[in-house]
Amino acid sequence: MASPESAVNGPTMTAGAASKSLRNAFGGVIAFIILVLIGVLAFSIRLFSVIKYESVIHEFDPYFNYRVTQFLSKNGIYDFWNWFDDRTWYPLGRVIGGTVYPGLTLTAGTIWKVVNSLNIPLSVETVCVFTAPIFSAFASWAAYLLTKEVKGPGAGLTAAALLAMVPSYISRSVAGSYDNEAVAIFALVFTFYLYIKTLNTGSLFYATLNALAYFYMVCSWGGYTFIINLIPMHVLLCIVTGRYSSRLYIAYAPLVVLGTLLASLVPVVGFNAVLTSEHFASFLVFIIIHVVALAYYIKGILSPKMFKVAVTLVVSVGLAVCCAVIAILIAVVASSPTKGWSGRSLTLLDPTYASKYIPIIASVSEHQPPTWPSYFMDINVLAFLVPAGIIACFMPLTDSSSFVILYIVTSVYFSGVMVRLMLVLAPAACILSGIALSEAFNVLTRSIKFQLPGIAGNPSIASEENGSSTVVAPNDIPKTEEAAKEKPAKKNRKKEKENVEKKPTPSKTEKRLLVLPLEASVIAVLLLVLLGAFYVVHCVWAAAEAYSAPSIVLTSHSNDGGLHVFDDFREAYSWLSHNTDVDDKVASWWDYGYQTTAMANRTVLVDNNTWNNTHIATVGTAMSSPEKQAWEIFHSLDVKYVLVVFGGVVGYPSDDINKFLWMVRIGGGVFPHIKEPDYLRDGQYRIDAQATPTMLNCLMYKLSYFRFVETDGKGFDRVRRTEIGKKHFKLTHFEEVFTTHHWMVRIYKLKPQRNRIRGKTKKSKSSRSVSSKRDVRGKRNPWH
Amino acid sequence: MEASLRAQRTAALLIFAFLSLLAVSSSAAQEIQILNAERRIDLSSQIAIVFLTLKVENTGKAAASEVLLSFPPTEADHLAEVKAQAASGKKRKKTHVPLDVKPTDVPDAPKGAKCFRIALLNPLSPGETSTIEVLYMLTHSMEPFPAEISQSEPQLVYYRDSAYILSPYRIKQQTTFIKTPSTNVLSFSRVEPTNRAGMELKYGPYEDRPAYSFSPVLVHFENNNPFAVVEELVREVEISHWGNLQITEHYTLAHGGAKLKGVFSRVDYQSRPGASGVSSFKNLLARLPARVHSVYYRDEIGNISSSRLRTDSRKSELEIEPRYPLFGGWKSTFVIGYGLPLEDFLFESTDGKRYLNFTFGCPLSGTVVDKLTVKVVLPEGSKDPSAVVPFPVEQHMETKYSYLDVVGRPVLVLEKKNVVPEHNTLFQVYYSFNPVFMLAEPLMLVSTVFFLFAACVAYLHIDVSIRKR
Repeated sequence: MASPESAVNGPTMTAGAASKSLRNAFGGVIAFIILVLIGVLAFSIRLFSVIKYESVIHEFDPYFNYRVTQFLSKNGIYDFWNWFDDRTWYPLGRVIGGTVYPGLTLTAGTIWKVVNSLNIPLSVETVCVFTAPIFSAFASWAAYLLTKEVKGPGAGLTAAALLAMVPSYISRSVAGSYDNEAVAIFALVFTFYLYIKTLNTGSLFYATLNALAYFYMVCSWGGYTFIINLIPMHVLLCIVTGRYSSRLYIAYAPLVVLGTLLASLVPVVGFNAVLTSEHFASFLVFIIIHVVALAYYIKGILSPKMFKVAVTLVVSVGLAVCCAVIAILIAVVASSPTKGWSGRSLTLLDPTYASKYIPIIASVSEHQPPTWPSYFMDINVLAFLVPAGIIACFMPLTDSSSFVILYIVTSVYFSGVMVRLMLVLAPAACILSGIALSEAFNVLTRSIKFQLPGIAGNPSIASEENGSSTVVAPNDIPKTEEAAKEKPAKKNRKKEKENVEKKPTPSKTEKRLLVLPLEASVIAVLLLVLLGAFYVVHCVWAAAEAYSAPSIVLTSHSNDGGLHVFDDFREAYSWLSHNTDVDDKVASWWDYGYQTTAMANRTVLVDNNTWNNTHIATVGTAMSSPEKQAWEIFHSLDVKYVLVVFGGVVGYPSDDINKFLWMVRIGGGVFPHIKEPDYLRDGQYRIDAQATPTMLNCLMYKLSYFRFVETDGKGFDRVRRTEIGKKHFKLTHFEEVFTTHHWMVRIYKLKPQRNRIRGKTKKSKSSRSVSSKRDVRGKRNPWH
Repeated sequence: MEASLRAQRTAALLIFAFLSLLAVSSSAAQEIQILNAERRIDLSSQIAIVFLTLKVENTGKAAASEVLLSFPPTEADHLAEVKAQAASGKKRKKTHVPLDVKPTDVPDAPKGAKCFRIALLNPLSPGETSTIEVLYMLTHSMEPFPAEISQSEPQLVYYRDSAYILSPYRIKQQTTFIKTPSTNVLSFSRVEPTNRAGMELKYGPYEDRPAYSFSPVLVHFENNNPFAVVEELVREVEISHWGNLQITEHYTLAHGGAKLKGVFSRVDYQSRPGASGVSSFKNLLARLPARVHSVYYRDEIGNISSSRLRTDSRKSELEIEPRYPLFGGWKSTFVIGYGLPLEDFLFESTDGKRYLNFTFGCPLSGTVVDKLTVKVVLPEGSKDPSAVVPFPVEQHMETKYSYLDVVGRPVLVLEKKNVVPEHNTLFQVYYSFNPVFMLAEPLMLVSTVFFLFAACVAYLHIDVSIRKR
């Protein structure tokens, strides 16, 4: 890369204006090459999971998406829309076509179809695994475009490079992490880019594209509400700060109209696009922008005096109308139980909401508020660069830079509520850090450049400089500025990558203002390069070590350096899929629902979709009940196998015993006879000899620790680091049918019902309790 | 020249027809008798391997050119392979010449019996004797009894056969030895004289039995050898003239022994490996050709990490473990894939055709394959494929589309049921191929990229705006 650059600079010094366009052309080519390299970087840094583990779908939700994609590629789009899945939420089922965000699935399905129509035999799985890395390359290019619109190409390239490897985004988009966020971040950034582009150009073409990009975002992720609230906020900000223009109108009005129409085409959104409170802000601002547009129009055609009269008239009438409308709106909103907001949105507005009312949302670890270390882990040095970026955005404050500021402020808030939304913060942080770095390099290298020729005493450059400084045309300045911005960014990136100190190249135009001392500039450049290098090292480490584990395969290093693989989950799923009847129902906690349906192809009661709290509570109740009651609950749901995850033998901490309190909480939330204090001894959750009898007799305890004592003779649980409380017991209603190699998954079969001859009273009692359970559920469950 | 050849051929045909007629009549007339028959049945694996040594005498007046073998209907369905060879000379200097074995129908055979015709090298003239050695294998011939066992029980099986060899000829003297895998033989039928010594049961010698005599015997014994049955195996052999032979094998593996009854307890399985689950198996050995590379072992949900590959210059051994130990009735599916250097397997025949020389059967040792499908994917543009397989197989053609194919690759599909390790012999697929076709795909890619750049250049140089600036 060094040679073309010097080749660019060579002619620039000697030739005149003609060479400037040549230089720009070369700059464009270099920027293009850098962008391609950034894309390659974004793609390849996410391949650690494939290299270290294998090309496999990760975690939980990706398995569902993979299964949906398989269905789509096999049965076609129409069957996909009408897909009623009877393999999950037994006996309720789930209408997949109407309840998923189809963007990711359709994207991967399309890629698969195109590739296969070219006779390239890639499996659906391969396409799914590599969708996320491909789209992160797209996302970095979108970040380049967005930042270029805000602060020029130099900042754009820096931001793209930063986004390509920001750990927060890597965590959701490593190869195999086939989740909505993978494509949604691209859609988010691209939508913002098109919005800014429309705002800067006022072109209806971009406005239409913007609506389409917004449509893609709606298809992809529930986070689209962020867009539809952030853009109105920015429009409102622009109006309030007196920045209203026709460009703003073009950027906003078509987006709301087209975007809402398109959004309601997506089955999962449908009429929610006009009915729920998440979208009201956009309509309100839509009205406001029209009022403002009208006001500007009238102001233009009326004389100032007449305008004043009109304003007083309109304001008095308008206020009355507004009050009435707002009153009606409030009444409508207040009449709905959640005030028209979905649970997750409410959690965002009131961070304590979920833990108070919806334990199922609170039980998900990614819905917890993040800790400070997680900020450092996920965005690293960007956290320190962002404030500088905000300052850089204020000089000068434009429409687009105000948008970026608004974006970072809101996303910082959201990331503070849910650790998962760190993902929304990451692009904003990258963009602002890109701006900050680029501006800093701009200032520093300019200072160096300005002072270096004097020291070197190069007469030709000095004369050139003298000659040109007198005839600098005003319209030349922005161009050279642009070029100047671009070059430091390039160097910055190069230094980040190669850590090679690059001699700054002198240019003929200098800004004599804002010059820092040479030594300080050199040191600052070095420090910034060091900071960048630190960031790169951290990102590579995070990609390689922290975020690449597929979570279905665990590995540990033995003392002699060998690798030990714990592949118990797939062992169990594979066993289920080959050695049980195809219509058998498998009960497990909802975490394993998606994996069971996708890998074992068996019907499950609950899965990670968690749309029906009562059903999950039923499973939670069964797990926290004594064996007999649990058997009755499961039997009433036609369950044949119960699957529990147990880490006590190998020390796998996220097993069912550690999740058990959530089962109790969620179960107790619906069925009041399950009380959390019954499972706690003095407020402490324990499974040793001090544990409560309720705990030691519940199904989860028994299924986890059945015959566990025979492994080592003591029953020492390596996760809880204690001996278990009840060691020798027999199962009366369940029998062990399979336990994996490291005991991580244990599968039990419900014993068949006892012969009916033995005592009629017993039978009637049991059937009554079953039916009473049904009744309880029936009250709350609209499906019964 | 040609005419004389044809004449020769017709003459040979005539003689053949005459001889076969003669043979049938002679067999009916009992003009062959077996002086001495010795049968050794090896039941130590899941396949019953039977060595039959027959000393045949022609008692008729005409020369006999073939000898008939017959099998009872129970064995007929399980018969995987019948081989015969003629033995001549004394002990040390014994020479073996393989003989041709063909299924045939014999009109006076008992109902359901299956007959094979062994063509002798030289017709047996009257009064002459000859020694024929026959090897045949029976799959699924051991029936687990009890059919369901628990984890701690050993696997017991029944083996059914006849004390007398079912033969269309009179047998002067015969003996049958049955070798069981262990000394634990619960019961066996007695057809006197019957002896049992250690792992061997001896039926006979029986003197002078008439044709088609049959006396059912039942042996009930312990057999804990892995009953690894590949219910279906699809082997895809893809030839790439760029130097690689890619083999993909899709297995559906099952444990064909006594079904597991009740629970599977990991505690018992891990703490008492000798006593618990003795009939289960957890690893298999695949014998792969030498110089194998890029081996993978996975199933539909990803890589299976429990495998080990050992290679040396002559062979490669891949030791694989299914995801879980297989107990009776349990199933598992997996895929093994590997690449091989093409020059070891692809040759040019004298008539300019190319031929692939590759093994037919299943590389897993000690397994029975119920249905084996071998798909040989020839390169795009190859013509007139034909297969030479040393035993009867069904074959048909398919077309497969792979990397950037336009017309598709011809696929020769060979199917065979009931395959035993004995079938791991070489087979050949001949086809003609023009090397120009190798360049088709690279040229396609090159031209695509070329047109892409051409389009870019054109786009940059064409002004499509309506208004001139």
